[in-house]
Amino acid sequence: MDQPLQSASRLPRGYRRQISDSTIQRLFIMPTLVLLILWNVFPLFYSLFLSFTRYSHSGKQPPVWIGTGNFDALLGDPSIWAAFAVTGRYALLSVSLQAVIGFGLALLLRAKFKASGLLTTLILIPMMLSPVIVGMFWRLIFNPLMGIFNYMLGYWDPTTAPVWLKDHALLSIVIVDVWMWSPFVMLLCLSGLKAIPDYIYEAAAIDRASSWRQFWRITLPQVAPLLLLAVLFRTIEALKAFDLVMGLTGGGPGNTTETVSVALYRMVFQGQARTGSASALAYVMLIVIVGVSNVYIWYLNRMKEA
Amino acid sequence: MATNTIARRSFAETGPRTPVVDSVRVDQVTPGARRGTAVRLILAILIAFLMLIPVIWMAMTAFKSRPDATASPPKVIFTPSLDGFIGLFTNRTQLSAGALAAELKRPDLSFWDRQALARGMRIIGPSKFVQQIQNSLIIALISTLLAVTLGLLSAYAFSRYDIPGKGDWLFFILSTRMLPPVVVTIPIFLMYRAVGLYDTHIGMILLYTVFNLSFSVWLLKGFIDEIPIEYEEAALVDGYSRLQTFRKIVLPQCVTGIAATAVFCLIFAWNEYAFALMLTSERARTAPPAIPANLGVGGIEWHVIAAGSLLFLIPVVIVTFALRRYLLRGVTFGAIRQ
Repeated sequence: MDQPLQSASRLPRGYRRQISDSTIQRLFIMPTLVLLILWNVFPLFYSLFLSFTRYSHSGKQPPVWIGTGNFDALLGDPSIWAAFAVTGRYALLSVSLQAVIGFGLALLLRAKFKASGLLTTLILIPMMLSPVIVGMFWRLIFNPLMGIFNYMLGYWDPTTAPVWLKDHALLSIVIVDVWMWSPFVMLLCLSGLKAIPDYIYEAAAIDRASSWRQFWRITLPQVAPLLLLAVLFRTIEALKAFDLVMGLTGGGPGNTTETVSVALYRMVFQGQARTGSASALAYVMLIVIVGVSNVYIWYLNRMKEA
Repeated sequence: MATNTIARRSFAETGPRTPVVDSVRVDQVTPGARRGTAVRLILAILIAFLMLIPVIWMAMTAFKSRPDATASPPKVIFTPSLDGFIGLFTNRTQLSAGALAAELKRPDLSFWDRQALARGMRIIGPSKFVQQIQNSLIIALISTLLAVTLGLLSAYAFSRYDIPGKGDWLFFILSTRMLPPVVVTIPIFLMYRAVGLYDTHIGMILLYTVFNLSFSVWLLKGFIDEIPIEYEEAALVDGYSRLQTFRKIVLPQCVTGIAATAVFCLIFAWNEYAFALMLTSERARTAPPAIPANLGVGGIEWHVIAAGSLLFLIPVVIVTFALRRYLLRGVTFGAIRQ
């Protein structure tokens, strides 16, 4: 009886083997969730357990439960506090510089002029590159004898020029980070600037508002949400700083540029493999970053709804 | 001076009833404003050049000979040489004068052999770098394919169905991306060692798939959200099944979105360093942790490192141009669209 119907309405093939919507939902979402749980949630629980044990992955002994011993030891360890201080200084310095420079670049490139699109893309290139490769190549650029950095700054005599990676190691990392990521702030600010309707400025011009006043009363408040988003994201990334530091200084000289991530790496994969204490440190770091990240994600969600 | 008037067309042409739609603000066509534009252009060119100096310097160093690369003060003008690339791709041995003369008489020499012989060396085989770039390619391509496929399916489901706790799930998916790699690497390292995935291609592919999955779900959901749902409703009314709608209506509409997502995933996997450093050693080692490792071997060969870095970065530079319309979307996980 459904024979005539089939031919009359030219139903597509496969019409009768329909899967229910709930099956599709499960089929489509499950693989993603399973992978995320296996590779992210389970490891987190595992390392939570490890953080309460004495354990070294290079030895043969199984983990020994020591309660909060690792956390106590970490809190009393000045080198860990130093690592947090380095990370904080680095994050504060590089993110604030990026915010200022990125915003400035966005103001420069907001107006359309000849080749502005091409120039914007060119300026954006550094942020897409691999931080570790870039960091390593900057070692040559910073080199007092054969690098171009000092020569560009006007230090023509290598004997009196600053040795960046030795005397100002953290500042060197900040310089490279600002070079890489100011374009990111610029990109976000540009989209904020382009969204400001022209008539606001026209109204202000008619009211004879000075361009200085227009900047403070129109431009800045309108771009603020996106600038804040960029700063938030860069802060999270700066707190995680690893690739660039490893490429540029490897945490040295000594441990003057040892960020928390680098300290963690050295704890596990160099020296005596203190897997247990490293897991504890990882958790301390995680709590800090999750706090900041949640603000970021909450913010993103709100922007998406707007 | 037509551009200096407020309306491009005169009142007589348009008449009183026609609204002026095409106007230029007077204060933006004054000589001062024009000078401003010129200054902007010059400044922008200068800044773009300044930003690219490290990349340009890398390209120059890659084509220098070893003494030129480490000259002090650095050389801006030099005679190009392929030393860096030869050093990158091959392992060589130093030849004695007699052996060199004998070698030069061989009829089956390639261009590269001649280049090496001119420096008194013989190529004895490909270097590790060839394998590392291969690893990078394999791992990045397959993991991107997986991440985009799985991400597309979830993105479709999250976009089109009313899933209980949808917001929380999406929040969870994105939060996994915010985890610092160093933090999750310790347990993953132990897991991988226990199940034999340490230093394997499959282990890295799966890891990068997971790493990119959250990103691809969020970005693709944004693209699918933009497709009007009416098309699908019409197709469903016409008797298409859900799967057919997905394949024949949704997929063709978000091809550009899929392409942009895929390219972003590719770049992330291609550039990833922390996981690769800690979870691979020989077999599955990718280029990012390997290129800096060359630093220690027999004095720093900057021209070789520059050649390797250049080859590694060029694809990303090209792709950045292809992606320029989607860059903003990509870096904000699809939250902001231009």
